[in-house]
Amino acid sequence: MVGIVSYGAYIPLRRLSTGPQTERAVANWDEDSLTMAVAAAIDCLKNIDRKSIDGLYFATTTPPYGEKLAATTAAWAADLPRDILTADITDSLRAGTGALKIAIDTVKAGSAKNLLVTASDLRMGGGGMDTGFGDGAAGFLIGDKDVIATIEGSHSLSNELLDVWRASGVKNVRSWEDRFVFEEGYLKVLPQAVKTLMEKSNLSAKDITKAVFYGPDLRRHRQMAGILGFKPEQVQEPFFDKLGNTGASFVLMMLVAALEDSKPGDTILLAGYGDGADVLLFKVTDKVKNIKDKWGVKRSLASKMLMRSQDEYRAYRDFAATDPEKFGGASASVIARERDAIYALHGVKCLTCGTVQYPPQRICTQCHTKDNFTPYSFADKKGKVFTFTLKNGADIPAFARPGVDTMVDFEGGGRALFGMTDMIAEKVKVGMDVEMSFRTLGVGGGIHNYFWRCMPPRESWLGKETK
Amino acid sequence: MESIKDKVAIIGMGCTKFGENWEKSADDMLVDSASEACEDAGIEMKDIQAVWFGSTRINTAEPCAAALKLDYVPVTRVENLCATATEALRNACFAVASGVYDIVLAIGVEKLKDQGMGGLGTVSGAGGNGTMEWGISAAMFFARMATRYMAHYGMTYEEFKQVLAKISVKNHHNGSLNPRAHFQREITEEMAINAPMVSWPLGLYDACGVSDGSAAAILCRADMAKKFRDDYVLVKGLGLAVGARQGYLQPSYDMVHMEETVRAGQQAYTMAGIKDPFKEIDLAEVHDCFTITEMVITEDLGFCPRGKGPEYVKAGTFKLDGKLAVNPDGGLKSFGHPIGASGLRMIYEIYKQMQGKAGPRQRKNPTLGLTHNFGMNPGSGIGSVTILGQRD
Repeated sequence: MVGIVSYGAYIPLRRLSTGPQTERAVANWDEDSLTMAVAAAIDCLKNIDRKSIDGLYFATTTPPYGEKLAATTAAWAADLPRDILTADITDSLRAGTGALKIAIDTVKAGSAKNLLVTASDLRMGGGGMDTGFGDGAAGFLIGDKDVIATIEGSHSLSNELLDVWRASGVKNVRSWEDRFVFEEGYLKVLPQAVKTLMEKSNLSAKDITKAVFYGPDLRRHRQMAGILGFKPEQVQEPFFDKLGNTGASFVLMMLVAALEDSKPGDTILLAGYGDGADVLLFKVTDKVKNIKDKWGVKRSLASKMLMRSQDEYRAYRDFAATDPEKFGGASASVIARERDAIYALHGVKCLTCGTVQYPPQRICTQCHTKDNFTPYSFADKKGKVFTFTLKNGADIPAFARPGVDTMVDFEGGGRALFGMTDMIAEKVKVGMDVEMSFRTLGVGGGIHNYFWRCMPPRESWLGKETK
Repeated sequence: MESIKDKVAIIGMGCTKFGENWEKSADDMLVDSASEACEDAGIEMKDIQAVWFGSTRINTAEPCAAALKLDYVPVTRVENLCATATEALRNACFAVASGVYDIVLAIGVEKLKDQGMGGLGTVSGAGGNGTMEWGISAAMFFARMATRYMAHYGMTYEEFKQVLAKISVKNHHNGSLNPRAHFQREITEEMAINAPMVSWPLGLYDACGVSDGSAAAILCRADMAKKFRDDYVLVKGLGLAVGARQGYLQPSYDMVHMEETVRAGQQAYTMAGIKDPFKEIDLAEVHDCFTITEMVITEDLGFCPRGKGPEYVKAGTFKLDGKLAVNPDGGLKSFGHPIGASGLRMIYEIYKQMQGKAGPRQRKNPTLGLTHNFGMNPGSGIGSVTILGQRD
């Protein structure tokens, strides 16, 4: 039986207030759709042997490159095997459900056994449109063993319509007038696709335990629940007031939340919208009880830092949008040569004396044995700040000063230098705990320079309202 | 292994004014320092048989030969980051000691103020060829040591900054007595403590400035030095130790000392036959690129016990009139750090002090002096120590 084997999610730490008691999740200035996807992938693969993964699909409308696969970078950062299937599925709000559907079919066809689907978006909109947007990512492992939710049926519908779109090379999403967008698009097309699948499956609304469906905003989402005939308790909470509309990853993040609350035997309907609709039907199995230690959606939402101002968020996004071709950047050949060290955060462990070290060395720093190492991953290791400095220099954009530069000692050995992220600079101390997070250091010469930073454990933000 | 002790003599030295020498090119400064050194030694430029030329920004030897209009003599350009000028002298010493050359020139120059930058970046700080995040400014690298020093010895930020301020005040005082220094104004502890932060916990007055400058030394075999002058100065010991990133790779490295300085000091002390540096050495020019660096160096070189730097600083031990004057000429704090010239600028002060020509900064009858440089970063650097002494 093919279906979902595991799930994971990533929601950036920062929240921007959108009104009394409402907020949206926004990415830090060193995050993009790819880094968030990596974090969700890592959450999804917790307690799962990464060597068993044989494919990765990355769904987004905001890929880092126009030509250059992001799925390969994500696979490298998540430390997946090399002989795997990778693809980016892009250019539509429906990319998330599309990727899920294609992954299920890939496994059904026998082309892969354990296929990771990541969906992530960091969208911008003009004229206040993006006040409803949020940033975040979801990950699903699709396979045919130990399935926690089996695929019971699906239906897709393609619809040619310019309702919400973004032209190539343009930053902001735009849309046609509201009445056209909703009445000729969303409110018309999604019910049609759902109805077809329900009829095909001999199901009626009352047979669905939880309905997970796209909504452009809270009002239309509620309207859709009525059209589809679901009672409020059947409808998955869409998190407009906590997370925001995360684009291609939106319904997948809601699906993570639905699975978090699910019981064996539940029937979950998933409906994605954008240039048509994808509807998928899942049945939850006993194995769902085995899922543990996930950040998922609920815990991620509960660990947050409130941003100081809208202006600060603007500065983040303006920084990310500065002409990427303008400055000299990292060398493509260096990145290629050192991609295990840079993207997978691999150091080495000396097979003679056991000393772990980062970055990889040819001659052991301790026993001086030459070329006798095995790779050693630091990405999942916890560490402590051995020393640090607060930097006010030109390598940090003004809005992010002071930056924090650290020397980290890892549990299990090894020491290395990292920038720190998602911290409150004034609270950084020698000896504090840190964990690692995949980030972008910036763009130069058209090259995104991805690397790891350390940060206070995400756990430490749980249940706090910190500014 | 043989010691270099008493085999090589310094018979002439020159040093330009350090500072924002807008009206001087690197060539101008090379001519100025080399001419002063030749005149001081009583020789002419054509008497020089070989040259060791230190610079980090000029990366070949030819500009030095061209500036000085040397007559097809060998010129070797040396570079060893902040120890570059000392490296020129060190290699020149070995050539003289071998007997291959009789009279040689060690010279260093740096023209930083043509580069349009306000502060020194690092030439080798970015890890993974620019793909990793190892930091880009010298202040960051030394601030790591400062933060660790506070944590290691349980000092509060306020206690710590007060000690660093005293080092800054001392060096600026010494610099105020030196017409060749870039900065010749006294500062107060309050100014140092309240200065804008560069890289926490290091502020503006914890850092040295960016300057232009050049310094030069004429060397000959010790047995022929008397032909040139009576008050020549002898090279007693030379030490150089280069780190292999032990501090970056090994969690056992404490980051409150610079092993390269310790090792270079041991090498030089052994050559010079020094048993107790604090008792035997009268004055030391050390690499105060940051105030924390000076304090740790005094511990690394055995001028005070480990962790006792703050006590010694508070007691005034290293002041101009203290037991062991550290940076009597004002140090990098007052001179700035034209990288390729700094080591020879330090040696210039020791040389003048030995000859009793240090003016208002003159120490009483110094017999043994030390210079020290530290390049790159705590955790992995270049330590360089030179011991100089009066002739018997």
